Amino acid sequence: MAKITAGIACSHVPAIGVAMDQHITEQPYWQPVFEGFEFSREWNKKNKPDVVFLVYNDHCTAFDASCIPTFALGCAAEFTPADEGWGPRPVPVVKNHQELASHIAQSLILDEFDMTIMNEMDVDHGLTVPLSVMFGDKTPEDDWGTLVIPLAVNVVQYPAPTANRCYKLGQSIKKAIESWPEDINVHIYGTGGMSHQLQSERAGLINATWDQQFMDILVNEPEKARQIDHVEFLRETGSEGIEMVMWLVMRGALEEKVTEVHRHYHVPASNTAVGHLILENHA
Amino acid sequence: MTEKAYEDIPGTFVFDADRSRQGYWLNQFCISLSKEVNRQAFRDDPEAHMAKFKMTEDQKQAVRDRDWNGLLALGGNIYYTSKLAAFDGIVFQDLAAMMSGMTREDYRQMMVDGGRSVEGNRYKSEWEKK
Repeated sequence: MAKITAGIACSHVPAIGVAMDQHITEQPYWQPVFEGFEFSREWNKKNKPDVVFLVYNDHCTAFDASCIPTFALGCAAEFTPADEGWGPRPVPVVKNHQELASHIAQSLILDEFDMTIMNEMDVDHGLTVPLSVMFGDKTPEDDWGTLVIPLAVNVVQYPAPTANRCYKLGQSIKKAIESWPEDINVHIYGTGGMSHQLQSERAGLINATWDQQFMDILVNEPEKARQIDHVEFLRETGSEGIEMVMWLVMRGALEEKVTEVHRHYHVPASNTAVGHLILENHA
Repeated sequence: MTEKAYEDIPGTFVFDADRSRQGYWLNQFCISLSKEVNRQAFRDDPEAHMAKFKMTEDQKQAVRDRDWNGLLALGGNIYYTSKLAAFDGIVFQDLAAMMSGMTREDYRQMMVDGGRSVEGNRYKSEWEKK
């Protein structure tokens, strides 16, 4: 049977992708950001996934203001890195495990999550940056080295789905994946965050204390983490910190007890606090 | 609408359904600039390209003025308005500096020093005291 063995939380700051694409990761500004990913890349090689279930948000790339699905599951055969206004990132096309994606879509809908099904979708930095973090430098001619099932969550227009709803969706995703007969290793990613505000006069807000506490309770007291309301996210972590609801999807798909094998936190990457966790399910 | 608990956060426009309705055509104009064909059209004739979208005169003026906070106040969302900034060759961090009324150097240094503290920045009442 398919098994979720690990969950990965990771910020998806576009500038992290730009730093890799421009080969400036050794510069003093970026070195401390990428140092924290070295362990992750080694760990990823040793624990290679067959499939990554990747929870991210689209930044008005596949979905402009005309269509705003709360949960959109990628069911296409492949997903092309999008042009976000400065040309597409030079990274591989993202290939899906299409049969498993369809199975998950059916399972979630029968489990009363009303999913939007995407049979064509371009993907932006929200999806490709976490892959670059975990899989390292790749060119468009390469293969990512894993199949990827994207789940796009609306966090652009208020309200995003609640932390609690995201957690429950994670539980349902776990059920769906673990009822798939193939013996495959699945990792689930929750991306975005941590504290950041990109807009208006409060731009640049960072709340490192809150971020660290959030990682603590996400790992050890998820019942508490799922209770965090939207106003707390907005007030304490900045208007774009609300992206952290996506980490709850990842956490909901793991066992109650997990082992934190890696944590990395650094301020800043551009306007954002970078947070990263690797959580292993107990065998 | 019922009272919005997030409206007392200072220096922040929460992009809710009301703002989304207000800013719909402004945002659709901005996002059009993620395609080169539209960037070229906007370069060639800004007014003609703007006229393809049912923006209010205030919204068009805020585009002409590159009034970044004004665009947000008129229903713009940052992920959309940042495409207009990208069109101008402004990187995101410099846009953030402009919106928060800082020089790019001061803003960059603030981020390197750990970012804008949440202390004193949670409630509008804290800003009014300043």
